[in-house]
Amino acid sequence: MDKFDCIIIGAGPAGVSAALTIARKGLTVTVFERGEYPGSKNLFGGVLYSTVLNKLIPEFYNEAPVERHITKRRYSILSKNSEMAVEFDFEDFNHPPFNNSFTVLRAKFDRWFAQKAEEAGAVIFTETVVDDFIYDNGKVAGVRARREGGDVYADVVICAEGANSLLTERAGLKKKPLPHQMITAVKEVVSLPKEVIEDRFNLSNNEGMALEFFGEAVKGMIGSGFIYTNKDSLSVGVGCPISVMKEKNMKPNDLLESFKSHPVVKKLLRGGKTEEISAKMIPELGYGNLPRLTADGLLIVGDAGGFVNPSLYREGTNMAMYSGMMAAETILEAKEKGDFSERGLQGYVKKLEDSFVMEDLERYGDVPEKLSEMPQLFKEYPEAILKLAKGYFTVSDLSKEDMHRQAWNRFKDKVSMWKFLLDMYKARKAVL
Amino acid sequence: MKIIVCVKEVPDTAIALKIKGDSPEIETENIPWVINPYDEYAMEEALRLKEKFGGDITVITFGQKRAENILRNCIALGADRVLRINDESIKNRDGLVTSKILAKVIKDIGYDIILCGKESVDYGYAQTGQMIAEFLQISCVLAIKKLDVSPLNKEAICHREIEGGLEVVKCNLPAVFTAQKGLNTPRYASLSGIMKAKKTKIETLEPDAWGFKPKIRITNLSYPPKRQEGKIIKGTLPDTAEELVKNLKEARLI
Ligand SMILES: Cc1cc2nc3c(=O)[nH]c(=O)nc-3n(C[C@H](O)[C@H](O)[C@H](O)COP(=O)(O)OP(=O)(O)OC[C@H]3O[C@@H](n4cnc5c(N)ncnc54)[C@H](O)[C@@H]3O)c2cc1C
Repeated sequence: MDKFDCIIIGAGPAGVSAALTIARKGLTVTVFERGEYPGSKNLFGGVLYSTVLNKLIPEFYNEAPVERHITKRRYSILSKNSEMAVEFDFEDFNHPPFNNSFTVLRAKFDRWFAQKAEEAGAVIFTETVVDDFIYDNGKVAGVRARREGGDVYADVVICAEGANSLLTERAGLKKKPLPHQMITAVKEVVSLPKEVIEDRFNLSNNEGMALEFFGEAVKGMIGSGFIYTNKDSLSVGVGCPISVMKEKNMKPNDLLESFKSHPVVKKLLRGGKTEEISAKMIPELGYGNLPRLTADGLLIVGDAGGFVNPSLYREGTNMAMYSGMMAAETILEAKEKGDFSERGLQGYVKKLEDSFVMEDLERYGDVPEKLSEMPQLFKEYPEAILKLAKGYFTVSDLSKEDMHRQAWNRFKDKVSMWKFLLDMYKARKAVL
Repeated sequence: MKIIVCVKEVPDTAIALKIKGDSPEIETENIPWVINPYDEYAMEEALRLKEKFGGDITVITFGQKRAENILRNCIALGADRVLRINDESIKNRDGLVTSKILAKVIKDIGYDIILCGKESVDYGYAQTGQMIAEFLQISCVLAIKKLDVSPLNKEAICHREIEGGLEVVKCNLPAVFTAQKGLNTPRYASLSGIMKAKKTKIETLEPDAWGFKPKIRITNLSYPPKRQEGKIIKGTLPDTAEELVKNLKEARLI
């Protein structure tokens, strides 16, 4: 087969953004995707952050298969059978560009997005796994795809293989992540009639809600559970660091089951039918442990590069798309100079450093590590606070003052006030 | 040698199909479609025959635009020509109409060997191959697991699995063969093949004026009965064993 200007491994948000950008400039670009079609194997929680996509395809939401735009957010802490929650509802997010947050189902979205790249001239091979890079004098010169005639050559290769980054590791750019640097997540799509979802979550047409649950939601471990509303289904899942799951001897599926059977969650899911379930990893490498992002003839983008904001925002898609776009722009510059060596590709790293990607990773990349030093945030505190609240609200024959005093004393028995305030301060500083 | 392969797109059997309201139809929006698995064996056998004896392969599907995907895949594998008979304007069709139309098209193209899957995994009527043979008045061997062709003698020897044994069948060419699992192992398309397929424009035939009428009609579709929930017998041995035997007896299983 002919030589291409660029080869991309993986047709997720990162790879497709790169393909689209490069193809639009008239360079030849081919994408290899292992799935039956782009998105067929991909899953995520469900909120696509779209500032970058909206630049690539202005007003994409008018044609893309998006489910709902997020106007409501709810954060709650669960104990065994109580909940404490804050909920936000922003009417302003009801207008274009809808605060750039949409629930999507990846099987549909990725497919649509990849089609856009194809229309721009990119060639996408599905059901085609890339097994390795081909080197020429130490420079990446192409890839070996698992098909007859599968050796394909290009000036430069973009590796957009996602979180399970075997090729990036094999190229020596990345160490195998440690168990605490990877979140394992399971997610189910639970179908419910559109009207039921809108009633239950108090949404009008196309409005959506993102609910995050902490504490007992994941058995008091570091991590969270979530429910996101799609058009006529809910995305329901949990995610925790692999290290913590191992330590507690928990299986992801059991954790999801336990989340779903929590009384608060159960009410939200009632009547729903599980349509599909799958598991995947989310990288949380920490800013200091990001892989090397370039080599001679090679760029790493998206989850393979560790670009996920692990804080409350859990933003991966936007960073994936931005890094894909920046890799593409770097390649266009390199093409002009005719230099695809690591030096010729350094502009990529600079572009990321000057953007929200590296700024946010620097700011939030270590949140998981900091929080893991305060496990009480996820177990003791929520329980104590909910008990305190229960004491306040329980109706009995005692005078209100006695009741409040008792509740408060019980709280102070369990929790040192100074340490509590200090931890809260540290947590706020880490997360917000 | 002129080889014809008939293929059909079917819903991926990995997913649970839904019935569309009260109608005798399935919900076809947003479900994945694949080539009928038995047709893959037929296609592979065609490729092997071509490799051995030369000739050309024409792949035909009777379906809607979406079915171009499976035709493209056949080009990627090595088909010389693909043809879609557009069924979008045909409301009702049964195996008879399908076979009549296919036979008419095949007759115009010319043929030595016609390969089909032994049945499609969606409705499973298993009639297309044999009806085509009938309309063309040629030999027909169903569900073959091995095919040896002798173009010189204009004959073929096939193996068929039968209950408790193997049957060897000899027939004259031209003939229709329908492929059973095990006939061969289908190959994957090469990259250059896929590339070629992407660039191919697919020929379409409009059959609506031919006026064939269906003879059968689906009147109702329903789900299989739900499996009864299992029963777990708790406790310790030997009580549980006794309880189990009692239950099995009650259910008249022992
Ligand atoms: C449970 C969960 C919840 C999440 N929630 C959110 C959220 O709410 N919002 C958000 O913004 N982000 C979320 N994320 C993160 C987000 O999914 C990722 O950041 C994003 O998908 C990264 O895009 P990518 O293109 O880098 O990788 P991916 O989307 O993983 O795509 C990689 C592609 O490469 C293909 N591939 C891999 N290896 C090969 C190979 N060798 N040959 C050929 N093809 C290959 C794969 O099949 C895949 O299609 C979540 C992730 C998970 C797991």
